[in-house]
Amino acid sequence: MKKLMNDPRAVTEQAVAGFVRAHGARLRRVGTGYGVARAEPLLPGTVAVIGGGGSGHEPLHVGFVGSGALAGAVPGEIFSAPTPESILEVVQATHAGAGVLFVVGNYSGDRFNFELAAERCIALGIPARLVVVSDDVGLGSLIPADRRRGIAGMLVALKILGAAAERGDDLETLVDIGERINTNLASMGVGLRAGTSPLADVASFDLGEDEMEVGIGIHGELGRDRVPRGRADEIAELLLTEILAELGATPADTLLVFVNGMGGTPPGELALFFDSVARDLEGRGYVIGRSLVGAYVTALDMQGVSVSIARLDPELLSLWDAPVDTPVLRAP
Amino acid sequence: MTLNAEWAARWLVAAGDVCDRDRAYLSELDRLIGDGDHGENLARGFGAVRGQLLSSPGGETPAELFRTAAHTLISTVGGASGPLYGTALMRAAEALQGRSVLDTQGVVDLIGAAAEGIAARGGAEAGDKTMLDAWLAAQAEAQAVQVAGGSVEEVIEAAARGAAAGAEATEPMVAKRGRASYLGERSRGHRDPGAASSALLLEAAAAAVRS
Repeated sequence: MKKLMNDPRAVTEQAVAGFVRAHGARLRRVGTGYGVARAEPLLPGTVAVIGGGGSGHEPLHVGFVGSGALAGAVPGEIFSAPTPESILEVVQATHAGAGVLFVVGNYSGDRFNFELAAERCIALGIPARLVVVSDDVGLGSLIPADRRRGIAGMLVALKILGAAAERGDDLETLVDIGERINTNLASMGVGLRAGTSPLADVASFDLGEDEMEVGIGIHGELGRDRVPRGRADEIAELLLTEILAELGATPADTLLVFVNGMGGTPPGELALFFDSVARDLEGRGYVIGRSLVGAYVTALDMQGVSVSIARLDPELLSLWDAPVDTPVLRAP
Repeated sequence: MTLNAEWAARWLVAAGDVCDRDRAYLSELDRLIGDGDHGENLARGFGAVRGQLLSSPGGETPAELFRTAAHTLISTVGGASGPLYGTALMRAAEALQGRSVLDTQGVVDLIGAAAEGIAARGGAEAGDKTMLDAWLAAQAEAQAVQVAGGSVEEVIEAAARGAAAGAEATEPMVAKRGRASYLGERSRGHRDPGAASSALLLEAAAAAVRS
């Protein structure tokens, strides 16, 4: 394993430090944990949208702190949820009198720690709610729908919720919008090579040269099946068939199509794969309303890709199109 | 011995020792169906609890000690097990509020409140292959011995025995909660790491009475 690092146990601390140094005009460190907040305070009376979860998925969440997106981010250790204390530090540094909304993936550790933090916020008089994203359809019938993982679709949810908070929506409205996004969002990925944690010497699973793992998560956990490695077009067809069936999308829908790299797949391959996805969708008669391509929600250095599709109603579309100014996502 | 604050402190210190001793065992169980850090996380969390208790007495009643330990676990263990064990001890503290010595009913209340806290936080049910299975088995066994007129020592021994059996019983189960649930059928045949650590912790509670 070759990695750019100093001490394996300091990887999270030093990555957050570097991220904030590189974007010093936009970001600041808060508290004693790994918390990050916008450099500028929120407008009084707006809800602070805070994202968090284990590290190893960079640029999620620190890369999406800024106007029109997150008020703050709370990274934990690699693949491990942050503690309620570090969440509270980011709350204290960001909230502007209208409460806080936590946007997290559907994982036990993240849910429990953010729920505990929300209980403490409420005890302190700060209204707090959670939106739990569960967009992954890759495990199919292995798990019930309420146990689905949150993967790349978390980016779609936090962008739209950040835009809604910026325009002044109250906490309850944001929770409703969050549930609406989650219902209209489905993702699925394949792994071509597992990632390696700085704390381990071996990849989280082994794949033969001619194999791929279908339905991978973003923590190096196994997926649903191991199958012969397909061509890009075949992988696109496999993922889209399941995602579209799950969404029940029709050609009349406005679709956001997001191709996400897992950290070890280069930008050129992601662009090539987006071409496969676009040709397949067009062949099925769908129209791509909006698109996003890049490595935004990663699993360390895993090679692989996921596709997320969101069906956007006019309000969700206008929120997706709203201005955003963060280190990684910027649009006028 | 009496189940007072001194016993609670002895138990929590022993819990730190047990998590150190069995760190590799717990992490290996977790590596098979989870992410392999359960032993590390518990050793860090219960080690912090032990450190606090060795530097200050921590309280006048078991409830006070459990409350402090709960906060420490929540802020040091991380992942899912920190909030679960933290909530268990917090609920136990609420249930035992004001009692300086636990009788047999107190032991049953402690285990029952902890199980309730774990169920409330985790949303698991019996048979989901989680730590709850160990606590529910401990509760049933302790209650049976209490109803039959057992002594406080016998009730806590029964809880430890029940938890061990409950942990073993998770082996043939298919996980319905937590990271292991993503494996579906492939989770069968492995002991749940949270149930295993729960059994070790309740064995430490019984041992703290014996010593």
